[in-house]
Amino acid sequence: MKRVRRSQVEIEGKLRERTEVVEEDPSPPWDDRARLRVAGRPHPRLDGRAKASGAAIYTQDVGLPGMLHARILRSPHACARVLSVDASAALALDGVRAVLTQENAAAIPWYGGTTRLLERTVRYAGDEVAVVAAEDEETAEDALHLIRVRYARRRPVLDPGTAPRGGKPSVYTRGNARKAVSGAPVVVAGSYRTPAALHQAFETHGSVARWEGEHLTVWDSTQHIFGVRKELAAALGLPLHRVRVISTFMGGGFGAKNECGKYTVFAALLARRTGRPVRCLLTRAEESLAAGCRHATVQTLRLGARRDGRLLGIEHRSLCDVGAYGTDGPMPVGGPARTLYRCAAVRTEEVPVRTNTGPHTAFRAPGYVEGTFALERAMDRVAEACGLDPLEVRLRNYSPGDPRGFRYTRKGLRECYRIGAARIGWRRRARLGRRGTSLRGLGLASQVWPAGGAPPSHAVVKVNPDATAEVLIGTQDIGTGTRTVLAQIAAEELSLRARDVTVLLGDTGAGPYSLLSAGSLTTASAGPAVRAAARDARQQLEELATGLARGKGGRPGPREVCREIGDAMVIGRGARGPNPEGLKACSFGAHFAEVEVDAETGEVRIVRYVAVHEVGRVVNPLTASSQVEGGVLMGIGFALLERRIEDPATGRGIAVDLLDYKLPTALDLPPIEVLFVPGADPRATTIGAKGLGEPPIIAAPAAIANAVAHAVGADLPELPLTPDRVLEAIARGRRAP
Amino acid sequence: MPEARTPKKPRRARGTKSAVHLLLRVNGEDREVTTAPHRTLLETLREDLGLTGTKHGCELGECGTCTVLVDGQPILSCLALSADYEGREITTVEGMADGAQLHPLQETFADLGAAQCGYCTPGFLLTAKALLEEKPSPSREEIREALAGNLCRCTGYLKIYEAVEQAAARMREEGPRGGR
Repeated sequence: MKRVRRSQVEIEGKLRERTEVVEEDPSPPWDDRARLRVAGRPHPRLDGRAKASGAAIYTQDVGLPGMLHARILRSPHACARVLSVDASAALALDGVRAVLTQENAAAIPWYGGTTRLLERTVRYAGDEVAVVAAEDEETAEDALHLIRVRYARRRPVLDPGTAPRGGKPSVYTRGNARKAVSGAPVVVAGSYRTPAALHQAFETHGSVARWEGEHLTVWDSTQHIFGVRKELAAALGLPLHRVRVISTFMGGGFGAKNECGKYTVFAALLARRTGRPVRCLLTRAEESLAAGCRHATVQTLRLGARRDGRLLGIEHRSLCDVGAYGTDGPMPVGGPARTLYRCAAVRTEEVPVRTNTGPHTAFRAPGYVEGTFALERAMDRVAEACGLDPLEVRLRNYSPGDPRGFRYTRKGLRECYRIGAARIGWRRRARLGRRGTSLRGLGLASQVWPAGGAPPSHAVVKVNPDATAEVLIGTQDIGTGTRTVLAQIAAEELSLRARDVTVLLGDTGAGPYSLLSAGSLTTASAGPAVRAAARDARQQLEELATGLARGKGGRPGPREVCREIGDAMVIGRGARGPNPEGLKACSFGAHFAEVEVDAETGEVRIVRYVAVHEVGRVVNPLTASSQVEGGVLMGIGFALLERRIEDPATGRGIAVDLLDYKLPTALDLPPIEVLFVPGADPRATTIGAKGLGEPPIIAAPAAIANAVAHAVGADLPELPLTPDRVLEAIARGRRAP
Repeated sequence: MPEARTPKKPRRARGTKSAVHLLLRVNGEDREVTTAPHRTLLETLREDLGLTGTKHGCELGECGTCTVLVDGQPILSCLALSADYEGREITTVEGMADGAQLHPLQETFADLGAAQCGYCTPGFLLTAKALLEEKPSPSREEIREALAGNLCRCTGYLKIYEAVEQAAARMREEGPRGGR
């Protein structure tokens, strides 16, 4: 039975009040006493062979008969008025079938209505100006050079420090933070900066669109098939049932593929105009300019503490460079300051500022990675000021509940500290020092992330006559292993092996609604829905067994029931139940890094890394450990290498390829130890699991910065920790008393 | 990225007017292709021959995603002109398996979680195949070195190393099989 309630939900670190329609899930939660055979054990990806054989079809691989190829013309100017667009020469080129410009494209509102699909004002170098569809990519590319555009250039705004406000600041207060900090015996103040960073998924954004009469099918590299369906239908004025979005395999998203892109609408419009299927894929340069970023932050932070290290007040203000169009407001950079430590007086403020740069989007733990870096850097400085060990300061400020006034379903951060400190050998910290030109340091950082999932998510389980099963669900597997994890959950409930279950996902035409795959939502949202549907199917089988037993004598087992009923198959249905009232479900973690800094070159080498997480039950330890290893390496990239760079005068992207935008390679991988705090969190979800998508990246830059600061004996106020900045810190450390 | 400034003299369409006829040997089969003379091997494999296992990553030879083997050596197919590869033995991920029997590397990549989103996997597989053919017992350091030109954004590389090591062990035990 569905019912309506008011509830608070925290998605991507943003707490929102909403009216939700919920459906009770009567499944008794799998707690620590539950004897599970499949869920909770390592299982190879069920689609591993499809991927390793090259058979898996990604959006980029979709080829349809008669398909045209679209390419986008982008503004070279960061701020300009488009005076005219003349596409006649492009249209005359052999092989060009259509050109969309502001003159002939529908005025579809975009970026929350702040602009249109193709507009007269371009606001960043990379903004869309026109689109060509041609017989092949090369012809489309050639045609772009033939489009004559006249621009009236304006001076772009590029410095977030002086940029205008881009919307309402997001303010949170408890107690009087200013008074608490100012009156504290120990005050640590600092300014911390983090750069804009690019997701750089290897499959670039892209869509293939095909019309069949009134019906539109779109293959899209997306983290939210139902979200794309909704936005695309609205953009084109179509009823939902005529739009189908498919994403069977996708090559990474990391938050940049949460929404419908302009390229999707371009493909659909051009396909309608030409009567041919149209493919529109971004190049790597476009991916770097126009496909979203982690927004840059300038954070000012003041912590007030007693001499024993206990926090009295936290003031945190962040300027968030949301770029030219960011529609989702600033990311929750103050989230860690609000929730990581026990502190009665806290004020956080996230101020969006607008520059003429590419729009920002969510990027794996948006806000929390940046905010954790600043807060955990400052916590180490509190420890130093009080003459305490950094771990001890964190334990003294440990908050068993959410300090905003909620209880947690479970909080295993203390165990994370204990396990991690033992593994890395934290006690050695005081003895580490300089050996020749090599400076050693040990650092740690803590992590919190709302990861309990949420409704709505629905699933259907079909049980076949041979006692195998299919799960239908409108979620998507963005590479994390969702197919496998959901199969394990269904198999557990149906007493099958995981490989007796096929999960059909990534198709709005096949499975019922499930949430977007972002914010560590998927396992904790889709998982319980699948379990509920499988449980419904099992109960139906049990009832049928009773009926069949009357005629036969013995009570048949589930396998016999399936055979007996044959094609009159059992179909189970389930929904993700509501979250518990008044409780918050978060994932926790502590990361420990040991680094070696070369005092002559400023180079940082990570010698050892230990990542400990508490996420409730780990449904699949194999895919979970991949998730952590990859998240840590992505965090290492953000700590040491990655930043989006624009020319400060023109705003044009400089590092728009993978040579200049530095991603971690195989040679940058340190020895990483991945550990999980054992035990389920049955109050969070019926499967006892919480999310793990974002947690692995959150603490990594902070842990590394703290280790480097320990090694060099000075604060590190800006990421990435490039050699020049490290050398500068070493010089400051020498001057320090 | 193309930028809209003063247009140059209109150029003739490249893709639709001129064409070359090539005889390529791909995965042990002779394939005739009629294609544009400037087409890269990556585009010919994907667009002309429908071998979409080889993926697009950066188009500039920076990520290794498009790696294929030519006469057993890994090359970046996005930087190679198809017309230069007539008469050479080209191997793509589709050519690694022996019928339904996957190459040991494909098995260990699938089983040990080395393929996460899977998009960079074909490139890694072919680079690793070339490595193991040259060095049947590579050290972890040699694996790191050999794979350093292939980027992965999901896995963190560790499971990829483990998969290569386990495949190497399996191939030493079982002797050569599968693949070409």
